[in-house]
Amino acid sequence: MFDNLSDKLQDVFDNLGKKGRLTEADVDRALRQVRLALLEADVNYKVVKDFIVRVKERAVGADVMHSLSPAQQVIKIVHEELINTLGEAAPLNLSGAPPHVIMLVGLQGSGKTTTAGKLARRLRKQGRRPLLVAADTYRPAAVKQLEVLGEQLDIPVHSEGVEPPPPEIVNRALKRARREARDVVIIDTAGRLTIDDQMMDELVKIKALSKPDEVLLVADAMTGQEAVRVASDFHERVGLTGIILTKIDGDARGGAAISMRSVTGVPIKFVGVSEKLDGLEPFYPDRMASRILGMGDVLTMIEKAEEVMDKEEAARMEKKLRKGEFDLDDFLKQMRQMRKMGPITSLLSMIPGMGQIAKEIDPEATDKQLKHIEAIISSMTLEERRNPRIINASRKRRIARGSGTTVQEVNELLSQFRQMQRLMKQLQSGKRGGLGGLLGGFGL
Amino acid sequence: MPFNPFRRAKIDVEDQERIDRSLEKTRGGILGRLGTLFQANEITDELWEELEEILIMGDVGVETTMKLVDATRDRVRREGVKKIEDAYQILKEEMVRILQADAPPLDIDNPHRLLTVVLVVGVNGSGKTTTIGKLANYYRKKGKRVVLAAADTFRAAAIDQLKIWGKRAGVSVIAHKPGGDPGAVVYDAIRASQESRDADILFIDTAGRLHTNYNLMKEMEKIRNVARRQVHKAPHEVLLVLDATTGQNAITQAEKFKQSVGVTGVVLTKLDNTAKGGVVIAIADRLGVPVRFVGTGEGIDDIAEFDPWVFVESLLEHDKRT
Repeated sequence: MFDNLSDKLQDVFDNLGKKGRLTEADVDRALRQVRLALLEADVNYKVVKDFIVRVKERAVGADVMHSLSPAQQVIKIVHEELINTLGEAAPLNLSGAPPHVIMLVGLQGSGKTTTAGKLARRLRKQGRRPLLVAADTYRPAAVKQLEVLGEQLDIPVHSEGVEPPPPEIVNRALKRARREARDVVIIDTAGRLTIDDQMMDELVKIKALSKPDEVLLVADAMTGQEAVRVASDFHERVGLTGIILTKIDGDARGGAAISMRSVTGVPIKFVGVSEKLDGLEPFYPDRMASRILGMGDVLTMIEKAEEVMDKEEAARMEKKLRKGEFDLDDFLKQMRQMRKMGPITSLLSMIPGMGQIAKEIDPEATDKQLKHIEAIISSMTLEERRNPRIINASRKRRIARGSGTTVQEVNELLSQFRQMQRLMKQLQSGKRGGLGGLLGGFGL
Repeated sequence: MPFNPFRRAKIDVEDQERIDRSLEKTRGGILGRLGTLFQANEITDELWEELEEILIMGDVGVETTMKLVDATRDRVRREGVKKIEDAYQILKEEMVRILQADAPPLDIDNPHRLLTVVLVVGVNGSGKTTTIGKLANYYRKKGKRVVLAAADTFRAAAIDQLKIWGKRAGVSVIAHKPGGDPGAVVYDAIRASQESRDADILFIDTAGRLHTNYNLMKEMEKIRNVARRQVHKAPHEVLLVLDATTGQNAITQAEKFKQSVGVTGVVLTKLDNTAKGGVVIAIADRLGVPVRFVGTGEGIDDIAEFDPWVFVESLLEHDKRT
């Protein structure tokens, strides 16, 4: 599997030398790699074809910018074109008089019911009063699943069991929404195989009577070549206003996003990022483009870091870093911050070129190691943390005993820390701020 | 009536007409193209390109597609094949060869064993619970006593769903409360299967998990270990349930599940007229894991043991749309 398109392209261009302009042959060779990367990412064959043509038009004869290598230049064009294709981040369009209706449609197992719950939670957080509607009367226990979710979220669910025809359920749900002053109605419809005309007809009926503001296709990020077909079928038959891509917390590249966007032209509005009910995020085309190309997701990572890191604390830390005053106490604090961000492997996998490393790391072992480091530093006095040079043999023995480790481990940590300090001093003049600092803090 | 090997019986005339209608427009277009391609009676570069496209569009993946096309081309040259139909036949043979994956036969229906334990795993929404319901029905009809273990204690209403399937299939379901410990459910289910229920086969339904979730993968290993401690060599089969619409990520899924619980076979679900699950060829090719069953619809009888020839025929029909 491709891990990093940038590396592949680098290979292609390595023997290119320094030419000022990309020739057609250069571009062709590079685009072969791009094509493979996109196909491996499950972008539809035909969509890839068109895409490659567009990129080629832009790339041939393009001046190579001073600051970029030819490989980077091609990546940049591909990346931009991908972002263009993926479209802009689009919010929910809930205008006009309430109740607003959001209809969720999609294949079986794509995650409609869970997404309905997540969406309701999100809207309530924005001050709305959602009502969930269980209109999936086909799948065993789907109604029950929505009821359980509603209970967990403390959001009302309109359900009438599995007997009444879904359009009638929806009709009564709308009346109830008006009666109870619910301003958003989220309809969970039955999952279906695309060939099932009867169910499609039912969706059309529900749409006609509920006049939804949004008809969102819920689709699995792992979908393969079939994505095009699924999206265009739903779009043709029911008419979509947007797409929600689920299960992107897996490691699927998510090329389906491009395919679906290309054939329907409707925006991708959200992505589902975990099983938990808060796991629904707005869609960012630039990140998705990076992911599809296997270029990591540096932006997401930086944002995650920012969320967890206390801003002032971060600023203070950075100052210390620059001055080379970073001590073990700071190291400990930073490590604890870092651990709040989640397992180290998931952080690593977001950094370009680190995907492979992330796979090789055993998260449990790493976690254990981090705990050891934490224990060692915690067993030091404040004085020792500020000035590790005073740690002599007897202090080391005490620290090792206190932390349940060995003198060897204490030594190892101290030498790593010294290396890190040296590195920090070297980087002082450089522009690597928060991110570099964070990674440095990990001794990576 | 179009040839559709996967949809088994139970389609009334009206249904069939409806399906035919919905397929008509998709078949018209490329049938012509494929027809011309294979009647041209001359093997050209376009043929290889076309084959490549068909395979990639079927989710076979670039690597395995290249391998297949190369192998076919080599054989065509070596054997001096001139006719396109023959080249096409060679491609099918190569595909079937990969799909057979040198795997031992399916080991569920084993009269010499007191209790066969089958662990069913997969990512969220792949159709595990439904598959178990169908399998329970399939083996019960063969005269086996089947018990189901509801070890998916996480997803809202998963236990209810399994109970509904249990009722439909006429088999008993061992369950705890939602949020309970899956290991404990498995423990109890095995005890019950061995003692009061005197079962032949126990199917364990596990919570859907993305293979990237480290803790959940560990939990699944624990479930497997619980089974192993109680029953000799259990689980005897570990089936990975895979949605036929899944793309290349299925390979990583199979790899991860194989690493952690030793997947012995794939159940390909939600096959329909367009989603063909070509990625299982790549899985067989790269991981040596064979397909065991295919699920085709929502009915309890919509499951069949996997036949590589039928599968390959259907996959190559894939492109009769566009």
